[in-house]
Amino acid sequence: MTYFLIFISAVFVNNIVLTQFLGICPFLGVSKKIDTALGMSGAVVFVMTISTIITYLIQKGILAPFNLEFLQTIVYILVIAALVQLVEIILKKISPSLYQALGVFLPLITTNCTILGVAILVIQKEFNLMESVVFAISTAIGFGLALILFAGIREQLSMVKLPKGMEGTPIALLTAGLLAMAFMGFAGIVK
Amino acid sequence: MSQSKFKIILNGLITENPTFVLILGMCPTLATSTSALNGISMGLATSFVLIGSNMVISMLKNVIPEKVRIPAYVVVIATFVSVVEMFMQAYVPALYESLGIFIPLIVVNCIVLGRAEAFASKNSVLDSTLDGLGIGLGFTIALGILGSIRELLGTGKIFNVNIFSDHYGTLIFILAPGAFIALAYLIAIVNKLIKHIKI
Repeated sequence: MTYFLIFISAVFVNNIVLTQFLGICPFLGVSKKIDTALGMSGAVVFVMTISTIITYLIQKGILAPFNLEFLQTIVYILVIAALVQLVEIILKKISPSLYQALGVFLPLITTNCTILGVAILVIQKEFNLMESVVFAISTAIGFGLALILFAGIREQLSMVKLPKGMEGTPIALLTAGLLAMAFMGFAGIVK
Repeated sequence: MSQSKFKIILNGLITENPTFVLILGMCPTLATSTSALNGISMGLATSFVLIGSNMVISMLKNVIPEKVRIPAYVVVIATFVSVVEMFMQAYVPALYESLGIFIPLIVVNCIVLGRAEAFASKNSVLDSTLDGLGIGLGFTIALGILGSIRELLGTGKIFNVNIFSDHYGTLIFILAPGAFIALAYLIAIVNKLIKHIKI
């Protein structure tokens, strides 16, 4: 039951993009087409799950026992950067087809603040390992959901004639604002 | 100060304003601009990291090998972020609480890494420091403006000073959708204005 609540809360109620403001850069950057949005979401689910497990183990196994918590930020970002490189190399070797689908998005993920954000959040929320994994997967799904919905709207919007000043980023932000308003409807489902 | 040095600062403030023109660092912009004070504090924290990392990276630009430059930059940036984090935790705990996770996330703010790569790795120490100052100020001012607008529309206050009764405040501007909508119109206005100002 706890896992189910974590899932609902992370996907809908506290959606990472639309209510927590993490990962806005890829949200605005790769949302012009549904195909790329799908690829990016897949890559995020993959990397976020692995990185959360590894940073969690490092936190509990190395940083906490030796009172090195103040190094958290430095260690995490290095681990994530190295991990993304590693995933890229391994994926290229063992599954070229998956690499084809996710390859271009992997380097972009290092600077996706959702990855580092979730790694820090699971420590702050004092989740255990299993809860952290569920939280990471659900957050990534929430990110994907928001991204794909947004890409769908933007594909339609690209055919509309807009006032000059509103073209590009302003209209995208305005759309995101309306989407965020829709997601506010989920507020209060899970405490 | 000579003309060219002044131009570097002005570049960050207006021509390449990170928020309104380059559209970088959107996450902290949207998340921490719930009030003018929060926005400006976040801007100042980011400015400190920008100035520090730009300075150190331009000092080290001949020492760092080309191939591992990105990880090296990230370590420098993360060090400064940790400094800010510990400093704020010790001296302004209330502010640290309200900015929350966005302080450690300065590490992945694209503005900081972007300036390291685009400016500090190619220019002298003084120029890079000034560039950090200019971009940092541009970011701080942008967050201050957005924060003031959201605080005013949401609660009727600016810097906690009453402008009109909060009875007429529109709560949505403090919440998530208001951030997107306020920033959307602000960027549209800046787009319009920038066509008329030539520097």
